[in-house]
Amino acid sequence: MTNENTIAKPSAEEAAAERTWAGRSFRPNVDILEREDELLVVADVPGATSDSIDVKFEDGTLEIHAVAPPRHAEYGDFLLREYAVGDYYRTFQVSEAIDAAKISAKYADGVLTLRLPKAEALKPRKISVSAG
Amino acid sequence: MVLTYRPQRYPLHQLRDEMDRLLMGFLGPATNGPLPGASGQPAVNVWERPDALLVEMEVPGVKSDQLDLSVVGNELTIRVERPDGPDEGVIYHRRERPVGPMARVLRLPVEVDSNRVEAQITNGVLTITLPKAESAKPRKVNVTVG
Repeated sequence: MTNENTIAKPSAEEAAAERTWAGRSFRPNVDILEREDELLVVADVPGATSDSIDVKFEDGTLEIHAVAPPRHAEYGDFLLREYAVGDYYRTFQVSEAIDAAKISAKYADGVLTLRLPKAEALKPRKISVSAG
Repeated sequence: MVLTYRPQRYPLHQLRDEMDRLLMGFLGPATNGPLPGASGQPAVNVWERPDALLVEMEVPGVKSDQLDLSVVGNELTIRVERPDGPDEGVIYHRRERPVGPMARVLRLPVEVDSNRVEAQITNGVLTITLPKAESAKPRKVNVTVG
């Protein structure tokens, strides 16, 4: 009973590598923001908990995997079912040189925020001109 | 609106259409499209238990003060304001997360006790418990042998 105005979760069909575990997975909506010295990846992963989120950065690929445990079993009979609950999975190619050791992640209110600081060499630098 | 029925040789189709129309009358949209001032209708799940209805909605990033719930008669209105990200000094490479006001109206199939409606947000998931009114609860009727 969804209609065109209903905002539903997209499924993770775009995921590049196929998973070897069963169950549904979803592609979380993300915002990617660039600041002078860092990239921010903000992902909607409602239903996940901070210890169920796995973030990996390897060879320029950022992988987000979050497990949202099923929470509907004890709720009774569905009258209306417009979305399902499952894992979140998404990967990104990060082109900027990132200082992998300094990547940090924060999770609050169903939103995962990743900070990817740019490597020192890529940060804009102001070069002072000395009068000679 | 012109109502068309499928020929009688597909009675199952007709039954299904009629059931669809009946069910839409309950949980289907009370309005066509988003409410005024709202940019979209978030998806919901609804369950029925013997004593209550449960409504769940995913509202990542929303704090309790950005949420407005009201029950009037048999209509539940959920208004949510999804917060916007920073604007100054940043370049957005992707902006997929919905922002701004959105609302959903649900017409409930049973009478609920609006004084005892409870809501909570956990990890970006809003759960609303709507206890059924006494008159709507199932009751066991004892049959006496006469």
